[in-house]
Amino acid sequence: MLSPDQVRRIALLARIELKPEEEPVIAERLSRVLGLIDQIQKQDTAGIEPMAHPLDGHVPVAQRLRPDEVGEKDRRAEFQKIAPAVEGGLYLVPKVIE
Amino acid sequence: MLNSTLAELSASLAAKKISSVELTKLFIARAKSLNSRLNAFITLDEDRALADARVADERRSGKSGAPAAEPLTGIPLAHKDIYCTRGMLTTCGSKMLANFVSPYDAHVIERFGQAGTVLLGKTNMDEFAMGSSNETSHFGPVKNPWDAARVPGGSSGGSAAAVAARMSPAATGTDTGGSIRQPAALTGISGLKPTYGVVSRYGMIAFASSLDQGGPLGKSAEDLALLLNVMAGFDPRDSTSLERGKEDYGRHLGLELKNLRLGLPKEFFAEGLDADVRARVMEAVKWYEGQGAKIVDVTLPAAALAVPVYYVIAPAEASSNLSRFDGVRYGHRAKEYQDLADMYRRTRAEGFGAEVKRRILVGTYVLSHGYYDAYYLQAQKVRRLIARDFSAAFEQCDLILGPTAPSTAFALGAKTEDPVQMYLNDIFTIPAPLAGLPGLSIPCGFDAQGLPVGLQIMGNYFSEATMLGAAHRYQQATDWHLRVPKETPL
Repeated sequence: MLSPDQVRRIALLARIELKPEEEPVIAERLSRVLGLIDQIQKQDTAGIEPMAHPLDGHVPVAQRLRPDEVGEKDRRAEFQKIAPAVEGGLYLVPKVIE
Repeated sequence: MLNSTLAELSASLAAKKISSVELTKLFIARAKSLNSRLNAFITLDEDRALADARVADERRSGKSGAPAAEPLTGIPLAHKDIYCTRGMLTTCGSKMLANFVSPYDAHVIERFGQAGTVLLGKTNMDEFAMGSSNETSHFGPVKNPWDAARVPGGSSGGSAAAVAARMSPAATGTDTGGSIRQPAALTGISGLKPTYGVVSRYGMIAFASSLDQGGPLGKSAEDLALLLNVMAGFDPRDSTSLERGKEDYGRHLGLELKNLRLGLPKEFFAEGLDADVRARVMEAVKWYEGQGAKIVDVTLPAAALAVPVYYVIAPAEASSNLSRFDGVRYGHRAKEYQDLADMYRRTRAEGFGAEVKRRILVGTYVLSHGYYDAYYLQAQKVRRLIARDFSAAFEQCDLILGPTAPSTAFALGAKTEDPVQMYLNDIFTIPAPLAGLPGLSIPCGFDAQGLPVGLQIMGNYFSEATMLGAAHRYQQATDWHLRVPKETPL
């Protein structure tokens, strides 16, 4: 079972605010999921390479490169129309440096 | 018309028996009348659909300057609300994107646009495609047309319900751990997850990038072939898109079943499988055997760990992919906050639902310092063992058959309290995407309560045409796929 401290630390890393009353429920359900995934520990995987790409071994999985040329048009105004807060072509966020 | 296959609709449009505008009006009226009960659509855009239909009718009439009509020109389709559609709401089932009007089209939307199909609307889904019952949607659960007290499966539950209730002739979906095949099974329709890399994911909102793959949902295997012919193809904007020659996915619809080797993995028929589901699947297997197919016992021992492996890899990748939702460039932003970090935390606390938060937290945990090797790396190693098991099985057989889901549609609310019970619902659909393999589901009968049962057909890499051929031959001999739910009569 995860402790409240562990849950708070994970939530901090994930940038998700948790209300104190949510913590016990989340700890309980996360612990159930961890109980499920802990089953993988029992499998012997000595000498097995991790598989990051599902077609690894079947097709070449190296990343494609493209010529270093500008391919996109400037659509800043269009993209910023759907932003929560913009001014003068800039995205607005709370002040970071005083 | 409402129960016609895409091939039949295409022939009617070509013969001018019906116009695309008439066909579109027919489906819009049906979708509108049923949506308050089923909640299959998040967005129904009548004006856009009719505009698309008028353009399609011009193409069908051979008007000068219009591009030549293609097989699907003029056919209305519903798209899962995970595909970005320019100028239209694209919510991914989340409050985070409840106000997101996409400034661009997904590759799949572009391809269907070029083919001249009509965009009826966007379908409901589990939030960010995380769910197996469509109950995690911010826009409320979708109801199963066979029994409105039951779930349609998920995450492409809206697309599946829309096709099952004949609100749309066909639809698109995405599949990460079963999100096309499982809802197809629970609603009595056909659905295909292609080989990883066949369909471009450009503009398809990312969940778990080493697993996500788009695919079609329709009434029949023949319909799936027509849809995949449009959806598949190389796209340089998706780094995992494969450069392969153009393929006709309907080329093996007349597949010879005699001596076809069909593998039955014993792990797919173990304890926990509903007795009616087992009986219906075995009846389908017997039918194939009667056509001369050879039934071969195969084994996928590492697949026993597929669910726990998946629930390490998918949340890990999701926690990374969903870090983009920060309230800065688009989507929801919290109204009150003290500083930048507080804005991120509150925005994400308000914008994400409980299941999405849970998966982000699990993913963050398994990737965090001290746990990475034990969870993420170990999961990737077991993943290779699962893929190897499939490779060994495909040396003994051409296709693998089994149930799509361990049970038929379950009651709304039945599994929402225990995430692990919900996750185990995907036990038979998770292995194929872990190995990058294609899989499909077709209806193969009903349980004692009259709920549809799905037969899963898995194939080796790039064997979609053979899988669709095997499915089509079965559908020529059965009519399960043409049955209409009693709650939504024509």
